Amino acid sequence: MTDAVIRVRGLRNQFGPNIVHDGLDLDVMRGEVLGVVGGSGTGKSVLLRTIAGLQRPAAGSVEMLGVDMQTAGEAALKAVSQRTGVLFQDGALFSSLTVRENVEVPLRAIHGLATETRQALARLKISLAGLPWSAGDKFPAELSGGMRKRAGLARALALDPEIVFLDEPTAGLDPIGAAAFDDLIGSLSRTLGLTVFLVTHDLDTLYAICDRVAVLAERRVLVTGPVAAMGAVDHPWVQSYFRGRRARAARDAIAAQAPGG
Amino acid sequence: MDDPVTTDAAALRVEPGAEATHIRLSGRIGVRDLPDIAPQLDAVAAAPRVVIDLSEAALIDTSIAWAIDATGRRLRDAGTAVDITGAAPEIAQTLETVAAARPQPEARPPGPGPLQALLGGVGAAVVGLWGGLVAFAGVLGLFLVRLAQSLVQPRQFRLTALVHHCEAVGVQAVPIVALMAFLIGVVLAFQGSAQLRQFGAEVFVVDLIAVSILRELGILLTAIIVAGRTASSFTAAIGSMKMREEIDAMRTLGIDPGHVLVVPRVLALVLMLPLLGLIADLAGLFGGALMSWIELGISPAMFLTRLAEGANAGHAFVGLVKAPVFAVLIGVIGCQAGLAVGKTAESLGRMTSTAVVAAIFAVILADAMFSIFFQRIGV
Repeated sequence: MTDAVIRVRGLRNQFGPNIVHDGLDLDVMRGEVLGVVGGSGTGKSVLLRTIAGLQRPAAGSVEMLGVDMQTAGEAALKAVSQRTGVLFQDGALFSSLTVRENVEVPLRAIHGLATETRQALARLKISLAGLPWSAGDKFPAELSGGMRKRAGLARALALDPEIVFLDEPTAGLDPIGAAAFDDLIGSLSRTLGLTVFLVTHDLDTLYAICDRVAVLAERRVLVTGPVAAMGAVDHPWVQSYFRGRRARAARDAIAAQAPGG
Repeated sequence: MDDPVTTDAAALRVEPGAEATHIRLSGRIGVRDLPDIAPQLDAVAAAPRVVIDLSEAALIDTSIAWAIDATGRRLRDAGTAVDITGAAPEIAQTLETVAAARPQPEARPPGPGPLQALLGGVGAAVVGLWGGLVAFAGVLGLFLVRLAQSLVQPRQFRLTALVHHCEAVGVQAVPIVALMAFLIGVVLAFQGSAQLRQFGAEVFVVDLIAVSILRELGILLTAIIVAGRTASSFTAAIGSMKMREEIDAMRTLGIDPGHVLVVPRVLALVLMLPLLGLIADLAGLFGGALMSWIELGISPAMFLTRLAEGANAGHAFVGLVKAPVFAVLIGVIGCQAGLAVGKTAESLGRMTSTAVVAAIFAVILADAMFSIFFQRIGV
């Protein structure tokens, strides 16, 4: 089961004279958790938005679930969008709807689904995302940042997508909340067979749940591989990122957890 | 593990048997198949034994797992023995995950009864109205205090901001205000002449136009247009700064929002609204004169003569003296609504429309009170 569900070839993104990506290649395999890292301004979020079809690249091709995102028609793109889910940085929940109604929005696209079934499924997704029942009746503004992210994840998972895009899922969470969110993503990807494409700065997330890491630098994917192999990569940015004090702490924490857990 | 025969077409078969009812699911089944499958599952009646056979299922998603789980629970509650057989490891895991995450309803605290809800709603509205008045008084006080401080310490005063807002609320509003007043003058002359002609008193149309435009309509309609235009833009500008915590940032940097945001805006309105009112008066008289000339043959010279004969300077004064009061009402309501915006975009939209409605209402209320006042003192 190692077929690529996302295939990016020769991607170029530029804003005016500012070239963000040039000749970028990337494969994401089915069922894996891929972490995308890179310094500020290396275009991690831009890459996510391009693959998710929210932004047209200047050149190159993006193929997702066998569909070429540049040449596909509207119907094919809609079908792909129903097989993928995106969690935006602050959840991007619709502020005029309760959390349950937010999760119901994608479910409304299915014809013939009874209202009670739709509500029950929304409740199930909210529970899968680790939120209590009462959170479903609240409005996004009444939730904390961590709960909003969980609610956003519940909405992203509403249609049981094959691929989930997560944009900095643990940014702005306290370490305990971030670790809980990591565990949630890890367990959902394992039990539901999700492919996860996540953009992060969080070394703990990389060590805890990512099967593979892709490093963005010099306008392309510099290297991909398991996080443990990153220390051996001979590149100044990768060296300072994965051999720095914070990386060591994250690695030690995972190593200390592994025998016990 | 023997590989079951899997087809991608999703299907569900219910086979009632003598000793057990078999429910067979096959293929890749997802949430899109649920509308077809759910009624079939709901129709399965309680029997001594029900077997849910998943050996032909290639893949199920969480919604199908939920439906299977829910059906299993319903049948077990009815005293049926339910077995789930033949689930591949991935399917069994999905079933397990969903069963573990089954949402538990929480008892909600009982809501108030209808009478209580009604009384509570009325009470909340009264308290909200009072709170709004207090907040209005607070921002009005802030404006006056900061204005007085600016007089003592002119360095605190933001002249550039004042000029900018004068342009935005005054100069840019001239075309719409002038056009509106011109059309009102035209309408008054037209309607007035039709009525007055019945008495042969056409020439009094000049007085009709002069009194109504100079005393009331010129400034009132200008204030209403400015309330719609400017109160909303004040609320939107200050409210979006509030949303992004810019106003909190100002406070931590020792910059007073009253000096920076409120004084230039309200003062600009106080300076500009009388001028806009004057422009409206002139445009209205011009429109009225033009229509009188066309419709009644009252020449512009005659119009001016009639205008000079009436006590119209007094009317114009009565009209324009109201302008600064309207300006303070509009400006303070706009700023106060902006400062009351919460963290969400939705509250920004709500406060913007509230500001416009409240500003227009306040202007009309103040105008009514001015009318009574001027009538009492006999101006």
